[in-house]
Amino acid sequence: MIPASFQYHAPASLSEAFSLLKTHGPDAKLLSGGQSLLPMMKLRLAEPGHLIDLNGIRSLYFIREVNGHLRLGALTSEAFLSRSKIVGRIAPILHDTGKHIADPQVRNLGTIGGNLAHGDPGNDHPATMLALNASVVAMSSSGTRTIAIQDFFMGFYETALEEDEILTEIIIPTPPAGSGGTYLKLERKVGDYATVGVAAQVSLDGDGMCVRAGLGLTNVSYVPVHATAAEARLVGSALSDTDIDAAANLAAEASDPSTDLRGSEEYKRAMVRVLTRRALRIAADRAQS
Amino acid sequence: MATQSITVTVNGQAYTRDVEPRLLLVHLIRDELGLTGTHIGCDTSHCGACTVLLDGKSIKACTFLAVQANGRNVQTIEGLAEGAALHPLQEGFHEKHGLQCGFCTPGMIMRAVEMLERNPTPSEEDIRWGISGNLCRCTGYVNIIKAIQYAADKMAEPAEAN
Repeated sequence: MIPASFQYHAPASLSEAFSLLKTHGPDAKLLSGGQSLLPMMKLRLAEPGHLIDLNGIRSLYFIREVNGHLRLGALTSEAFLSRSKIVGRIAPILHDTGKHIADPQVRNLGTIGGNLAHGDPGNDHPATMLALNASVVAMSSSGTRTIAIQDFFMGFYETALEEDEILTEIIIPTPPAGSGGTYLKLERKVGDYATVGVAAQVSLDGDGMCVRAGLGLTNVSYVPVHATAAEARLVGSALSDTDIDAAANLAAEASDPSTDLRGSEEYKRAMVRVLTRRALRIAADRAQS
Repeated sequence: MATQSITVTVNGQAYTRDVEPRLLLVHLIRDELGLTGTHIGCDTSHCGACTVLLDGKSIKACTFLAVQANGRNVQTIEGLAEGAALHPLQEGFHEKHGLQCGFCTPGMIMRAVEMLERNPTPSEEDIRWGISGNLCRCTGYVNIIKAIQYAADKMAEPAEAN
């Protein structure tokens, strides 16, 4: 399989990329890791006339902790993220998530920014970013704006990014002491898209009461699901089995899965319940340790 | 469609070619350079038969454009042996019968090169995770794991004094 013809551009800076986007806008696609885009182009599901390869823009590669926030450059590869000690210390849930994305070769190329900007509800990072209350930075030639992750996923493969914008950075508030989280993924085989994925992140106060809960769900709707009712049920609770069961039921209600080769709607909703329960128990244990 | 001039170093040798931007790296390697050790299996980035090293990192050459490799270093299975001396991984696959039909072998070996580079003493589980992006349709995984373990042991031996 060979993609349709296109013109290839390799800008060395963001400003070059912005002007290319301005010129070719609707007919251009941005290339980061390419592990979703190139297969789509080979299948002719995408036929951009212009491909703007961002990989030469060095300013998009970084991982740093600044003023209580973990900041990730959009081109940070999954492999690099999974080896980062800073990430392991601040948000180990990202290591749990990365481990289940595709396979080692794909993770060598696939990027955190691409995983989000692609807008695929089957991708794994969106749920984790919802659980972490992250935001993304979108830049264009006319300015920079920060978009809260809960406002980012607009539809099936559709995000809040404008045609002239590039997702440059992901910002994650450093969870306070007494926090824990994990990402659990049910998959038919290693590297598959999730049948169901659940990201859970909680913070406890000194008395063991939950002061913040984040829950995101993968591949159980046309967009990544932010299980807000379940989160609200957990805040102020001691995360007892009853609290966790109640939240798991609310998460299952928030999901809107379709029957497909990975399972029936009923099965997937049941698995949301099971995985949410398990993920919350692990998150609570980690928060206490 | 306009072509672009690229220079890619493959197994230590620089090649300059005019290519269409849509040419996949695996086709550059096989069709333009005649290095057919890199196989095309699924063509959808699932099977790993086309795995090569790009600046030392294992990637699937069916899901990477040749133009993206401009100015970079690619290593294929043909670049592993030094003269008549097999690489420890090649030797391991021979010694431990790590192949049946052999179709997945170049990809398995190139993937294992990077794996052992990052983790010279992998457990069986590390190896299983490490080759999770490579499929063997003969399902001969047990001996593939033994072959990689053989290579890890061999590479850990102190170099013989000359």
